[in-house]
Amino acid sequence: MTDQLAGPAPATTTARGRRLPRLVVGGRDLTVQAAFVTLIVLLVATAALTSDVFLTPANLTNLLKQMVTTGLLAFGMLVVILTGGIDLSVGSVVAFSGIVTAGLVAGLPIPLAMAVGVATGIGFGLVNGVLVARFGLAPFVVTLAALTTIRGLAFVYSEVPIAPEDPAFFTLGSALAGPIPVSTLIMLAVFLAGGIFLTRTPAGRSIVAIGGNAETVRLAGINVRRHVALAYTISGACAGLAGVILASRVGIAQPSVGVAFELDAIAACVIGGASLAGGRGSTRATFGGVLVLVLINNLLNLYGVQSFWQQVLKGLIIIAVILVQRTNRVRT
Amino acid sequence: MILELRGVRKDYAGVQVLHGVDLVGRRGEVLAVVGANGAGKSTLIKILAGAQPMSEGEMRMDGERVEMRSPHDAHARGIRTVYQEMSLVPGLSVTENLLMGGFPRRRGGLIDWPAAHARARELLESIGFGAIDPRTIAGRLSVARQQMVEIAKALVDEPRVLVLDEPSAVLAGTDLEALFALIRRLRDRGVLVVYVSHRLAEVLELADSIVVIKDGRVIGSTEPSRTSENELIGLMAGRRLEQIYPARRADRGEPALHVSGLSRGGEFEDVSFTLHAGEIVGLFGLVGSGRSELALCVFGAEPASAGEVRVAGGPGGFRTPGQAIAAGLALVTEDRKGSGLVLGMTVADNIMLATLRATTRGPLIDFGRRRRKVAEMVERLDIRPAHCASMTTLHLSGGNQQKAVLAKWLLTGPRVLILDEPTRGVDMATRVEIYRMIDDLAREGLSVLLISSDLTEVLGATDRVLVMNQGRITGEARSDAVTEDEVLTYAIGRTA
Ligand SMILES: Nc1ncnc2c1ncn2[C@@H]1O[C@H](COP(=O)(O)OP(=O)(O)OP(=O)(O)O)[C@@H](O)[C@H]1O
Ligand SMILES: [Mg+2]
Repeated sequence: MTDQLAGPAPATTTARGRRLPRLVVGGRDLTVQAAFVTLIVLLVATAALTSDVFLTPANLTNLLKQMVTTGLLAFGMLVVILTGGIDLSVGSVVAFSGIVTAGLVAGLPIPLAMAVGVATGIGFGLVNGVLVARFGLAPFVVTLAALTTIRGLAFVYSEVPIAPEDPAFFTLGSALAGPIPVSTLIMLAVFLAGGIFLTRTPAGRSIVAIGGNAETVRLAGINVRRHVALAYTISGACAGLAGVILASRVGIAQPSVGVAFELDAIAACVIGGASLAGGRGSTRATFGGVLVLVLINNLLNLYGVQSFWQQVLKGLIIIAVILVQRTNRVRT
Repeated sequence: MILELRGVRKDYAGVQVLHGVDLVGRRGEVLAVVGANGAGKSTLIKILAGAQPMSEGEMRMDGERVEMRSPHDAHARGIRTVYQEMSLVPGLSVTENLLMGGFPRRRGGLIDWPAAHARARELLESIGFGAIDPRTIAGRLSVARQQMVEIAKALVDEPRVLVLDEPSAVLAGTDLEALFALIRRLRDRGVLVVYVSHRLAEVLELADSIVVIKDGRVIGSTEPSRTSENELIGLMAGRRLEQIYPARRADRGEPALHVSGLSRGGEFEDVSFTLHAGEIVGLFGLVGSGRSELALCVFGAEPASAGEVRVAGGPGGFRTPGQAIAAGLALVTEDRKGSGLVLGMTVADNIMLATLRATTRGPLIDFGRRRRKVAEMVERLDIRPAHCASMTTLHLSGGNQQKAVLAKWLLTGPRVLILDEPTRGVDMATRVEIYRMIDDLAREGLSVLLISSDLTEVLGATDRVLVMNQGRITGEARSDAVTEDEVLTYAIGRTA
């Protein structure tokens, strides 16, 4: 079973009528999947062959930890994008939930402080969701406003970074289960549960359907507003969790962290073939998108590429991936 | 001018849809293409229009081989197409939609709006659709009006070949006459008109030659003078149809749904009627008479400004479709693309959309049970192709999409079924199936409200007919005791 949630597969021919080589196995067109796996294998192989450091346990662990933030944010973003919306506020939520958690550690038991951190994310997501769903405001505008408001609130909470002393604070972000960081396992669990949610539950199917045609869904007796609000709440929860884990991993919570994180999350979804118009996207492919982004980052770091050039290269690679993925779709 | 297709084959991702089609059209001819749902008519037309490449075969104009790589190539050769599914930009004005290819400009390059609107009006008038204001936003027009704009758009620069895929499906009455008159005028001017329709009576009236397609092959070509509706239906379906409408008994049961004094500003006023169990009631009216708006309001999808809807012995005053569904109502809307389907999802997803929560085990959807239900509906309604459950709905032919919508609502197990133009784009054999199914459902005690602009259908398939004119119910009669002319008179609001 593919986990393509919905949406026509790219057509086999371009608008100009030329045929592109396709990989068809057992009647299913696997060209895009194959291109994806090839890209990831290529990235890993290049890294392994050209850098002595890439395959060291330290770097691999690091890589796995770096995936967590982008991964969590990308999943939340996918849910929102499926409804046809967008959540620009996730980077600010990361900062806010992290700094609130770090601030509360002094007075509260650590798990409780962390739960509060995640809860702030849920709260912000819910507000976004209600504004979009109930009042019909444009998602871009609502979450843009949230982006700056929440960033401001993070600085209001504490202008200076907070570094809790208690070593137990670092556990969530740095503990290993065997060779694999616990935080990575949490992220994987979110993707797994998320995939099941989107493909196998009534609420998940409703969310995907809303992005395809909200009116049809409304007439089918489904509460569209509630499901849209749910999508933003999920995104907020993921961002809250990401913020807590990030603060714990770094050991210090900064009000300025997470700027432009939303862009990587969106990029991961888009690289995974999600349509920003809604209704089409897949958890598995989004996870692939996260892998691609994180590998690229890691590689460029290992090569010591200057960070501005990293941004340029990343942008170019995103365009290339999307071009490969979407051979012009034919209108039917 | 002669347009020829030779040995055209087409497959979608390996599935063969056209198996070597030959077609010849001459200037000044109306060439009708008929065939059952999914026979490949629209596919053929997309190939003519350059919107889909053929896998094999060739196309010639005046004996010269032409390559159609894109709709642009087709335009350049004077081939204009009106597709089965609407392609207007809903947020733009009629003028913008019509003149998209080239606006009149002022010096300096800015668009000359007064001239543009005037040009659009002239265009609409010249083809008999002068009633449409070119400044209106296209999406606000009724489906029928949108269809006319769509046709006008194809005529902006004199086409040599005009291809129409089921243009009449959404038209009725005077609109239909305007369209026919237009087609005849174009033909007399030497245009080749390729015309696809399921309405065989109009095909026989309009066409100069008829080509019958079945399962992607041409299985016959004939002329109206040499054939009949029955023969065509037989050819298309591969069998004879004995009777189109099932014989109805008129014994109705208890009241099932009361609508009293229902009004909604500007759309309909003071509408009252009662539907009984086991009864099929037709609601006839011209396009724009407020029938679809009424249906949405009864279903709780639009608020009423006055009046009440109540299920007999049950709840009423539905404020959301969810409440109406829970009370046993189901509504098949007239616009399957806009509000009937999620085109990007699979057929199974669509069929299950209104009963998502009815097939869960614990929190998860029970895919086994769901697959069985979908398979059952696909078989019962004969949705094609038979393996369509996992296909994207977009890839189904128009008629089969309609059946998928119907399947979705039948699964909710309704007591009151409202059908808004349910046979639009559906072929004759399948229509007969649908009429029989409605009849069966009514026999099981369901009450059905059948909204239709097809007079024959509205009288043939129902027990009783309500007629609506400008938002009011202006007539009611037993279907077997009234003539088409009488119904039309009520609908137009004049006494004969
Ligand atoms: N893009 C596509 N991908 C896969 N299959 C397709 C696609 N478009 C059409 N088909 C299939 O091709 C067949 C022919 O479809 P087509 O739309 O040409 O039928 P049609 O004769 O126009 O039917 P209708 O009367 O219902 O409009 C159908 O089985 C349909 O499911
Ligand atoms: Mg068709």
